[in-house]
Amino acid sequence: MVTAPSPISAAFRQALSEAWAGGAGALLPVGFFAGAAILVPFGIGSQPDQLSAIGGGILWVALALSSLVTMERIFQSDLEDGALDLWLQADAPLAAIAAAKTFAHWLAAGLPLVLITPLLGLMLQLPPDQLLPAAGAYGVGGIAFFMWGGVGAALTASVRRGGLLIALIALPLYVPTAIFGAMTLEAGAARMPPEALLLAATSLFACGIAPFAMAAALRLAAD
Amino acid sequence: MPRLSYFANPHRFMAFSKAVTPWLYAGAAVLVGYSIWQALFIVSPERYQGDSARIMFIHVPAAWLAMAAYAGMAVSSFVWFIWRHELADTAAKALAPAGAAYTALCLATGAIWGKPTWGTWWQWDDARMVSVLVLFFLYLGYMALRAAMDTRQKAARAGAIIAMVGALNVPIIKFSVDIWASLHQGPSVIRAGGPAMPAEYLVPLLLGAVGHGLLLAALSFTAMRTDIMARRANALLLKRTVE
Repeated sequence: MVTAPSPISAAFRQALSEAWAGGAGALLPVGFFAGAAILVPFGIGSQPDQLSAIGGGILWVALALSSLVTMERIFQSDLEDGALDLWLQADAPLAAIAAAKTFAHWLAAGLPLVLITPLLGLMLQLPPDQLLPAAGAYGVGGIAFFMWGGVGAALTASVRRGGLLIALIALPLYVPTAIFGAMTLEAGAARMPPEALLLAATSLFACGIAPFAMAAALRLAAD
Repeated sequence: MPRLSYFANPHRFMAFSKAVTPWLYAGAAVLVGYSIWQALFIVSPERYQGDSARIMFIHVPAAWLAMAAYAGMAVSSFVWFIWRHELADTAAKALAPAGAAYTALCLATGAIWGKPTWGTWWQWDDARMVSVLVLFFLYLGYMALRAAMDTRQKAARAGAIIAMVGALNVPIIKFSVDIWASLHQGPSVIRAGGPAMPAEYLVPLLLGAVGHGLLLAALSFTAMRTDIMARRANALLLKRTVE
């Protein structure tokens, strides 16, 4: 007897395959991220000590902006192809499906950004021994960015050209993560300072709240 | 004393607000006028800041109302989301521009006050300034999201979700900004504690704050009444088109 796949894992796998389907689709945010970070030395000057003072923060800003670039489409396509209507009829809670979908989106579009932060950090004169712990911090904080961005994306799923609207909705919610993220790097991410725990707390909070907000928003989009 | 839900009926609300709104405007005019008159002509110049401290009588009520209006918006959104009282959504929708206006007023008067006393228009070290700025963006996001929705019902639902998410985040944003700003040592112009405020200042300030509160209520009631009447006009128009 063939059992249907759970809608949660189906949404997860579908999001991953969608991200890689369109050729360089998942690499575009990486290009945007690297481009935004590389523009900074041209904008503020190339002095190494100046760069090393702000490099970690620049990568936080670039990560926040890059997370928004791909956000617009993540729930829109589900609305258009009818996947959303099927989710609404599924036994699994919509919040869990939305969380799985957003997590898959983070794996496809967020993790690659985190993986190149050591390289970009090196170019921005971050201390070499901090590069890998910093990447961990970017990975943890990125989850909060994608979760809140997902709320914006779900709310604007039925809005044509909602991209800028997502940014306006999500960016104020990014503030605590950006603050604790930058403070973690300042304190030295390798030593696991208390700021790192606060950073992780903002991500956990986002994971706890955002899926329910996304579910409510997706019910609205399906109407 | 009827329960609050007694007024959830739009007809009762229209009758109630029609009677009350002029009095709210009148009370606001008297109290705000009194506090401005006191501020500009009566209270003695502040010991350290001189005449520039007089802007406090606008700035501080604006800051309080900026936060109170957001809280009211979030509570209205919650009430609408759970019980679907249409009036609660009307209230949330009406509070947003009024609250955003007070937030902008708070930022503007803060900058004008900051220039002569701190020597700068803007100071990232001050957690309150940064928090109010973030609050302003929360208002903007709320209004922009509502405006982007094509039906009233969708605007109400989307608005309620983002207002509740925003309200849950406000304490965390406030906490993070407070910690962040305490790292950068401020240039000693902002003293923790500061001199206790004499009654000469406190009384006009509090009465002025009550006056601004009445003004916010009056503006919200006017906006709600306009909204309800616009909806009725639309319904009548639709009825006529159908017939």
